[in-house]
Amino acid sequence: MVKQTKRFIPAGVTKLDEQVARVDTNANTVHLASGEELMYDQLVIATGTSPRPSETPGLEGPEYGRTVHDFYTLEGATNLRDALANFTGGKLVVNLIELPIKCPVAPLEFTFLAESFFAERGMRDQVEITYVTPLEGAFTKPVASKELGDMLDSRKIALEADFYLERVDADEKKLVSYDEREVDYDLLVTVPLNFGADFVAESGLGDELNHVNVDHYTFLANGTDNVFAVGDAANLPTSKAGSVAHFAIDVFTENFLDHIEGRPMTHAFDGHANCYIESGHGKAMLIDFNYTTQPLKGKFPVPGVGPFSLLEETEMNHFGKMMFKWIYWNILLPGKDLPLPAAMSMAGKIEVDA
Amino acid sequence: MAVTTIAGADIHVDDDGFMTEYDEWSEDLAGELARAIGIELTDAHWKVITFLREDYKEQGETATLRRVTTAGGIPTKELFQLFPKKPARKMAYVSGLPKPVGCV
Ligand SMILES: Cc1cc2nc3c(=O)[nH]c(=O)nc-3n(C[C@H](O)[C@H](O)[C@H](O)COP(=O)(O)OP(=O)(O)OC[C@H]3O[C@@H](n4cnc5c(N)ncnc54)[C@H](O)[C@@H]3O)c2cc1C
Repeated sequence: MVKQTKRFIPAGVTKLDEQVARVDTNANTVHLASGEELMYDQLVIATGTSPRPSETPGLEGPEYGRTVHDFYTLEGATNLRDALANFTGGKLVVNLIELPIKCPVAPLEFTFLAESFFAERGMRDQVEITYVTPLEGAFTKPVASKELGDMLDSRKIALEADFYLERVDADEKKLVSYDEREVDYDLLVTVPLNFGADFVAESGLGDELNHVNVDHYTFLANGTDNVFAVGDAANLPTSKAGSVAHFAIDVFTENFLDHIEGRPMTHAFDGHANCYIESGHGKAMLIDFNYTTQPLKGKFPVPGVGPFSLLEETEMNHFGKMMFKWIYWNILLPGKDLPLPAAMSMAGKIEVDA
Repeated sequence: MAVTTIAGADIHVDDDGFMTEYDEWSEDLAGELARAIGIELTDAHWKVITFLREDYKEQGETATLRRVTTAGGIPTKELFQLFPKKPARKMAYVSGLPKPVGCV
């Protein structure tokens, strides 16, 4: 899982291990925390988004890493691994505090994998699992929300919807919502609020969560003509996911080459996302969607290997996800061509009425 | 998309009854929409509605709860008291704005 970054930096690129403190878009200057300044002609911000447990009252404290967990950092995931191994039964609560988060399917995926884990250990009947979300259902869009909701049901996982978390009471071991509902837990696994980098706010480029306000189709930051934000750092109305960053960069590269030559940007990103959801018991699902098309059922054709099944649990999908590990390090990250078009295709999908 | 008549005005709404035309909304209509979901509008409600309408004009999208709290200065707790259970949806409904997009 952990590799040296050095071998992924191409020749001709200088990598500085420095924190960005502020960007001055009038002076075209990046101020580093070290005090150094970098001038730019074009700036591409790709500083992602990260969990900020301190934003939720009661979340951080002596119980963090003991009965209260997240899995969005290496340390968090390692602590949680140990806590799961030592869990002798009781109430497991998985909580999504607020969207957007990177990998919005991750909390559901964790829930399915935890269910599978306890079943394999022969202790499923000793664990009461509840999924607590501010959404109306298991997921955002109707078709996927129904399918994923049915999967929670069939696994006897309770769904606590419309739950907008105000605070965690770590002493009493309960979640408290803004409308004063309470959910008790023995083991809490939460996804803290995700915030973009502080310099984004400092530089006047961000929204309430420090994600850069950009044009959704070209990623040009609002009010600038030479600052872009790509990947999780941008406030695009699609998933914050590696797959989105990947498809987006295909479109961005073409536009950027035009832009620096003073030509208009003629390519438009469609918000394409493609995510596997590990569902446990050796199976996985796949969702594929964009700004305007919600995740639908059907097939997802891939030349040579596919098709994979959309919104349906199959062993083939799990196999696809496993293969992806290799593809990620050897094809995707080094920037080699993957035989998947950037734009979403309707091929194989079953359409539904709006 | 359908057309429905509320308080004597023909308005365009989506499948869930959210208005889709910013300019078809009026203060009278807000009162009717609120009543339809069991809310009597007070000054505190109007503060939220005014913020949402203004913010939509500038941003082109319906503000999230977080935005109403941070940019509009109205505590989230209060939003839950004013528009119980599903404040984000209810505020948008009464303010004649598109249903907030659940981020995917
Ligand atoms: C648990 C988990 C599971 C996931 N599963 C999937 C999945 O199955 N499929 C999928 O497609 N996606 C998945 N994702 C999401 C995926 O990891 C992210 O969407 C992707 O990494 C975003 O890439 P990025 O380059 O935009 O940001 P990042 O990968 O977050 O990179 C941002 C970089 O900016 C640096 N940085 C931040 N602030 C500063 C600063 N001030 N100065 C200098 N540098 C800074 C950071 O250190 C970091 O190196 C998952 C994420 C998590 C947490």
